[in-house]
Amino acid sequence: MKSFSPSSRILRKLPRENAFYFFTSIGNYTGVSAESLEEFIQKIKEVNTKSLEFHLYRGDFQKWADETLEDRELSEKIKNLQTLKPVGDALRDQLYFMVSRRFEELKRQTL
Amino acid sequence: MKIKNRGNVLDDLDWRILQVLQEDAKQTYVETGRRLQVAHSTVHERIKKMEEQGIIEKYTAIVNLDKVGAKYITAIMTVFTDPKESGNVAERLSKLEEVLEVFTSLSEELLIIAKVTAEDQEKLHSFIAHSVAPLPGVLRIRTSIVTKKYKEEMFSIKGGQTPNERL
Repeated sequence: MKSFSPSSRILRKLPRENAFYFFTSIGNYTGVSAESLEEFIQKIKEVNTKSLEFHLYRGDFQKWADETLEDRELSEKIKNLQTLKPVGDALRDQLYFMVSRRFEELKRQTL
Repeated sequence: MKIKNRGNVLDDLDWRILQVLQEDAKQTYVETGRRLQVAHSTVHERIKKMEEQGIIEKYTAIVNLDKVGAKYITAIMTVFTDPKESGNVAERLSKLEEVLEVFTSLSEELLIIAKVTAEDQEKLHSFIAHSVAPLPGVLRIRTSIVTKKYKEEMFSIKGGQTPNERL
């Protein structure tokens, strides 16, 4: 079995069943999914803000970061963002900025 | 009148037997024969033949889940798919126990309509997110949760008429 450093493990490409699937409400899948943290950042930019709001306030992003990516730090940051209650494009911008910064940090650690 | 049904010929008596069974499949051959004014041995023979031919697929119990206090919700899920994968998606959905019925439909886009059930909205969402969205070929999904059921019946044979006679 291939072993990963903690950072590269977080940055790994996930199997399909562990990807993040963006919904706008219960059972309504947008067709947008992300199979890695890097792809997740790209998809934050393109998905409907309604979907971002749906997942943030259900705790889905936080849970995916913690349980699937296994990045406790990112999970905590997302949890904190949730307490600020951003919506719409403000949510998109803040989430994008936060996750991108974490991604760059992890990338540096793998070098 | 004799109706040819995919290679199997059903006569009026067969249709009337099917009608009786649809009303109550627990009726005995004697009761059915008395009702239709034919010998019970004839009823037995006709039913056996229709079972062997697959015309009668199975006998089942319809459980009133509300009366047994079961907690559940039903939803109608529309799955938009890549046309090349549509058959595979429909087959894989059919194998999932949360899925009760699966249909394919040709509208402007090729889509699959499925009736699904779950304990609550959270479990429904989790099922769709983890078991349906990841299926290869699934493009997007629309789901409507059923709030009230007004009618649910299998195709029924009424008043001794064959389906074609009713049209």
